[in-house]
Amino acid sequence: MKQIKGINDFVVKFANVNGTGSASANHLFAKAIFRMGIPVSPRNIFPSNIQGLPTWYEVRVSSKGYLGRRGGVDLMVCVNPQTMADDVASVQPGGYFLYDNTKPLAQNLKRDDISYFGIPLTEMCMREFKAPRLQQLLKNVVYVGALAALLDIKFSILKDLLGDQFKGKEKLISPNVHALEMGYQFASENFKCPLPIRLEQGGNVAPHILESDHILMNGNTAAALGAIYGGATVAAWYPITPSTSVVDAFSQYAERMRIDAGTGKKNFAIIQAEDELAAMGMVIGAGWNGARAFTATSGPGLSLMSEFLGLAYFAEVPAVLIDVQRSGPSTGMPTRSQQSDILAAAYASHGDTKHVLLFPATPRECFDMTVQAFDLSEQLQTPIILMTDLDLGMNDWMSPPLEWDDSYQMDRGKVLDAKGLDEAENWGRYLDVDGDGICYRTLPGAHPDKGAFFTRGSSKNEMAVYSEKGEDYVQNVDRLLRKFETAKSYVPEPKTHPPIEVKKPKTKLKLGALFFGTSASPAYEAVEMLAPEGYPIDTMRIRAFPFHESLETFIHDHDMIFVIEQNRDGQMRQLIMNECHIAPDKLHSVLNYSGTPITARDIAAQIREALNTKGADVIALRPETA
Amino acid sequence: MSYIKPKFRHPKLPTNALGYTVADYDGSISTLCAGCGHDSISAAIRNACFLSSIQPHRIAKMSGIGCSSKTPTYFLGKSHGFNSVHGRMPSVATGASVANRDLTYIGISGDGDTASIGMGQFIHLIRRNVNMTYIVANNGCYGLTKGQDSATTDLGSISKIGFENPFDGIDLASLALLQGASFVGRSFSGDKDQLVPLIRAAMAHKGFAFIDVVSPCVTFANHAGASKSYSATRENIDPMPLDFVPMREEIRTQYDAGTSQAVTLHDGSVIHLHKASSDYAANDRQAALSEVQTANAEGKILTGLLYLDPDSQNLTHTLQLATRPLNELGKNELCPGSHVLNSINEGLR
Repeated sequence: MKQIKGINDFVVKFANVNGTGSASANHLFAKAIFRMGIPVSPRNIFPSNIQGLPTWYEVRVSSKGYLGRRGGVDLMVCVNPQTMADDVASVQPGGYFLYDNTKPLAQNLKRDDISYFGIPLTEMCMREFKAPRLQQLLKNVVYVGALAALLDIKFSILKDLLGDQFKGKEKLISPNVHALEMGYQFASENFKCPLPIRLEQGGNVAPHILESDHILMNGNTAAALGAIYGGATVAAWYPITPSTSVVDAFSQYAERMRIDAGTGKKNFAIIQAEDELAAMGMVIGAGWNGARAFTATSGPGLSLMSEFLGLAYFAEVPAVLIDVQRSGPSTGMPTRSQQSDILAAAYASHGDTKHVLLFPATPRECFDMTVQAFDLSEQLQTPIILMTDLDLGMNDWMSPPLEWDDSYQMDRGKVLDAKGLDEAENWGRYLDVDGDGICYRTLPGAHPDKGAFFTRGSSKNEMAVYSEKGEDYVQNVDRLLRKFETAKSYVPEPKTHPPIEVKKPKTKLKLGALFFGTSASPAYEAVEMLAPEGYPIDTMRIRAFPFHESLETFIHDHDMIFVIEQNRDGQMRQLIMNECHIAPDKLHSVLNYSGTPITARDIAAQIREALNTKGADVIALRPETA
Repeated sequence: MSYIKPKFRHPKLPTNALGYTVADYDGSISTLCAGCGHDSISAAIRNACFLSSIQPHRIAKMSGIGCSSKTPTYFLGKSHGFNSVHGRMPSVATGASVANRDLTYIGISGDGDTASIGMGQFIHLIRRNVNMTYIVANNGCYGLTKGQDSATTDLGSISKIGFENPFDGIDLASLALLQGASFVGRSFSGDKDQLVPLIRAAMAHKGFAFIDVVSPCVTFANHAGASKSYSATRENIDPMPLDFVPMREEIRTQYDAGTSQAVTLHDGSVIHLHKASSDYAANDRQAALSEVQTANAEGKILTGLLYLDPDSQNLTHTLQLATRPLNELGKNELCPGSHVLNSINEGLR
């Protein structure tokens, strides 16, 4: 049997039962690799359940720093008999299978093209630990100890991490360290360590990774910090996976950083609303009153908030919504990731509405773009929706450190205070004085005689007086469109990379790929896989809607465009077709909507297939003869 | 009906403590049907704000959708208003009140807006004890969609097209009492002597003040058999008169002991309740509920200040909000700066 080999390049998957403490042990494993300076991306693939159902945890190690999923499993750690048959089958030929052999492995689970490592985890823990809960929890730590031996994880790092994890609960450190040592010792004595797949500090890790002082954090925490730094004072929300931890993190940071030193009172308000409708209503009420306010939700919440989003769009009230997308429709798969709210968010609410969307791809961008969202919402006087997803929001990503420029000033947009109102001639709430579609607003209580108006979701004229005159209505909604046009120059521009040079291209077609959010990392990896095969693909990472003009240019400059995204209907492709007047044939969808994040291998395979089946368009060049 | 609002005012209109005349609390001309009870409520709010000398621009008017929710245009033209979406004014008002705790919030809703589509938000508004006055202009019908029964239409009430309502009506005052509202009143749009002081007391109350106002719909529910018509209301009303004496104002009137009781609000204002029966105490929730239920069973409409807890803690207190309104805070108070971020980065390695 040819075993899979590789230094700092492999995928480990853990199969566990949820509620048994496996996620924290698996995270310990991933964090240890991160502390060794080796690029790692852990993903918790969990059920919508608290205890007893199958759960997986995938850890990808990539010397080049690819943080998306690669595809395939090299080493499976299986401690869940419920799923063992599937888990055995999912290992790549030449791979490795570590399992709890307290009970012998069934005959039908034996493959001759993978290597088995049996460790009596249950038996060892029953013998060593008395408390039933510890017997269960520490099984996970024992296999982490075994992996340390099998993969060459620095043991002292694991011990340090346990110290960090149990700060304040020191009693728990020694049984955990003991469990680690039991696993390490068992593996060292019974298996040939290390395996042909293993870790090596420094080693072949890409120089740009070694040079940077990376952090490991999830997007929800980063977005919460963005809300703190962006000056949010009101958070209204309703619990929903996978967005809940945004407000949890905001609360934790605010309790530390937003307490008035003199009085001990709070410079923030967090309200757990009765539902998502109310959450959005509170955000709009606060935004109308001049406070920076936000909510965080996921697909079902977005559906409920649509009515209020229409109000905020039409009445021009600032609001920030963080949509941590999960799979729909309806309840869908609540704990699985997708990018499938694109159209629902872009056009949320009845009537002619369009919303500004931001698409972060890293925790760093979750932070930066959340700060920016608060500025944009006040500059543009409209809701800004941050479109992240479960994969980015709830999983830890290796990221360059967060940065803050202390000279930052909040941009509150066009707001007239008492002085401004006294100086303004002929103020009207919806008068487009500057021609950019953005009018001057006033806040309640600002001036004794001037600036009061009735904010409403019904039609009005430029002076904010109720009007059902067709021309008033048209003038207003046309101005809103003009404002949306203005937004193009305010939102983050797309990112491109220098073109890839390919010596012997197999196609005359100019190929391009468009993607956003968590599809970006595996898309870049797929593009690099395809380049040596003769397919140079230019890339553009979309970061906002409305689309920047360069997107249209990019599409026009290429013959065939792959739009890589994680939903069934190619929603970003549809949005581009709708907004950029692009012939549909030119945009080819590359999709994954299984709920587990798209992999680089999958993207590459879909592009290969598209290029081959479109044989008429692709000219395979013969090798040069002279 | 008139479509031009006369601007002429008597040159010697009396002024309040701030020097404003009642005209300074006017709004645009009403577009409701002539004789609509809601216009009387608008006038009562105007008069209450004038009498209590509240700066018009420090009031925020909140509403949902429906005839009732249109009315904030018709009073307090110098105040900002927010006509939000149907049944969802409570959440908008909640957000607004935490963003700026210093304004006086008046919410105007209707029986459809509150008792049907907005029931969930209404209950939670009470539960949070948001510091605002919440008035339901209750006519027991959907006026703006031409007279359908609402959730507060009384059992057996006959609609304009002749159908008898087969459902029990929701009694919003009882509901508010049950849910723990810190101020519950009921009144009649035609009884301004009671309604004006009740609104003044509600605005002085530091917490959620609910007033259910029977406000007949002249067009769709004012016929014989409609239980919330002007004549039926006048026939069945059982009013408890009251006076409101704001803080710092001297109490000039003498009240007979035994027929009147004084309730002092948190800000020092005093409400005098007059009722024949002296065993009724406005700060006894169970007693209030019992009085209301008894009156309901007898087909009577008990009006007045039904319940008051002058010391209740409102949402700003529950949330431990800073004294300075959140919407006034700037970068210095809100943004922790790069040194804090660097230490956060350090903790993530």
